[in-house]
Amino acid sequence: MPNLTRTEVLTDAQTHYCPGCGHGIIHRLVAEVIDELGIREKTIGTAPVGCAVLLYDYFNCDIIECAHGRPPAVATGMKRVQPDKIVFTYQGDGDLAAIGTSETIHAANRGENITVIFVNNAIYGMTGGQMAPTTLTGMFSTTSQDGRGEHGEGPPLKVCELLSSLEGVCYLERTAVSTPKDVISAKRAIKKAFQNQIDGKGFSLVEVLSMCPTDWKLSTAKAVDFVNNEMKTAFPLGVYVDRS
Amino acid sequence: MGQKILLKGNEVMAEAAVQAGCRFFAGYPITPQNEVPEYMSKRMPQVGGVFVQAESEIAAINMIFGASAAGARCMTSSSSPGVSLKQEGISYIAAAELPCLIANMQRGGPGLGNIRASQADYFQAVKGGGHGDYRLIVLAPASLQELYNLTMNAFDWADYYRNPVMILGDGILGQMAEPVEILPYEPILELPEKDFVLDGCKGRKPRVVKTLILKPADGLIAHNEHLQEKYKRIESELSLCEEYQTTDAEIVIAAYGITARIAKGAVRMARAKGIAAGLIRPITLWPFPNEPFISAAKTASQMLVVEMSHGQFIEDVKLAVNGQCPVEFLGKGGGWYPTEEIILEKIESMAAASATAVKGKL
Repeated sequence: MPNLTRTEVLTDAQTHYCPGCGHGIIHRLVAEVIDELGIREKTIGTAPVGCAVLLYDYFNCDIIECAHGRPPAVATGMKRVQPDKIVFTYQGDGDLAAIGTSETIHAANRGENITVIFVNNAIYGMTGGQMAPTTLTGMFSTTSQDGRGEHGEGPPLKVCELLSSLEGVCYLERTAVSTPKDVISAKRAIKKAFQNQIDGKGFSLVEVLSMCPTDWKLSTAKAVDFVNNEMKTAFPLGVYVDRS
Repeated sequence: MGQKILLKGNEVMAEAAVQAGCRFFAGYPITPQNEVPEYMSKRMPQVGGVFVQAESEIAAINMIFGASAAGARCMTSSSSPGVSLKQEGISYIAAAELPCLIANMQRGGPGLGNIRASQADYFQAVKGGGHGDYRLIVLAPASLQELYNLTMNAFDWADYYRNPVMILGDGILGQMAEPVEILPYEPILELPEKDFVLDGCKGRKPRVVKTLILKPADGLIAHNEHLQEKYKRIESELSLCEEYQTTDAEIVIAAYGITARIAKGAVRMARAKGIAAGLIRPITLWPFPNEPFISAAKTASQMLVVEMSHGQFIEDVKLAVNGQCPVEFLGKGGGWYPTEEIILEKIESMAAASATAVKGKL
């Protein structure tokens, strides 16, 4: 039976997210997992720069807000000092795959025993819809107005595929939150990523394809279709690495 | 009495940090400070600490951000171009009021510059190299014993004021070796409890370490005012300076760090020639020790600023002197350093000019 009651890992605050945004679902999944594993009081989360920067208003656990792209480095310092605590990062595509690519790759390759939740909605949400490293080829953004790829932007960067060559990585899976089945699957992956850390198995990253109706300029229903039809084609779901 | 050992400056600083309880170090190779991460990579595991060779200076300072928020005494070191990369993180650490130690063993700049000693990062260290209104406590040791002692003190000041502290050294200080007495660490202050540490919210409300404060009036403006009040308090409580033969000095040299050590030799040589020279050596560059300069400006006829840059430290000296005394300058960037003879020559020319001026008046 799915859990329909409120989890104490989330506060009562009303989120600032737009209608149809996937962050609310993903917050809830992370919170449910922390709740079910009974680790709220030993968990430290990192808030990114991006739409999820106000994470600390919603999560009822210790949170450190980081500079743009730096959560894997901050989490490294946090976890190495307190190996008995559970440290997770929650990052968007600009944070993790553009300005923080270096921090991501090296934390992964060192096999830092942390859990990374990577929300990929193919756009810079908070700053108003600019091109992300994961914006699809041909996709409109405010900085790729003729469609990505027309003016030397290159193709979208595929994080799970990129990281899967690293021997230090424990677990990589790409999921989505655009169908009920995907939501259930995403929760399973997130739980595994936290369990891996509890078991001391090393770097686990769950990529979650998510909707951004506002900056995609689509209705909430069409944004779901966009994830199912376009994003899942460009970013195939599945387990990319599992050394757990 | 502690044991006396012969080490390079970079190693002295690293050992002092270990003695003071530093248990997390993250750094990246750059000359002339490589002995610091090298030493720490071996030493940290011996004391149950953590050494991480970061993928960049940016990652290193952000690891410090995390380690400090986790409650560890922590440190990173670099040299000029690498310290430029750290500025983003330094601004965040200052904004979040997290304690840590950052060492800059300065080299020639700007750009990639060279690997010779320099003092051209004074503005960056003292005036704030990152964005926003913040201050670092900046220390300028002139000997390896002082480097050892100040490194230990730095962790106390960082914890006491919840503020990042920088040791502003240079390539000479980092690379030279001299005997140092390895004194056991003893806190110089009663240190506050670290009630900001993120260690899981067991038995308490969740804590947040953050620097985004969107509301202006009761948020970011108030936070800035709080920081400024703290900086004023530090200015009123912490100011270190060495004065050497200034009481009767006609010509007072102002210099810091290794340059001051050379200048001290020049003062002795000038005295031997009958010129009443003296030296003011700030040990804290921020807070800047204004008082000795204000006093000296009343009694000395001239001042001479000597620094290994084209004139940065001189601006603070002139602010302190406030036009009460002429201030001459001797300095160059790019790897230049003064010898005692070069400084003496300048002192002699100043003394001669002064004598001519006096004669003119008669």
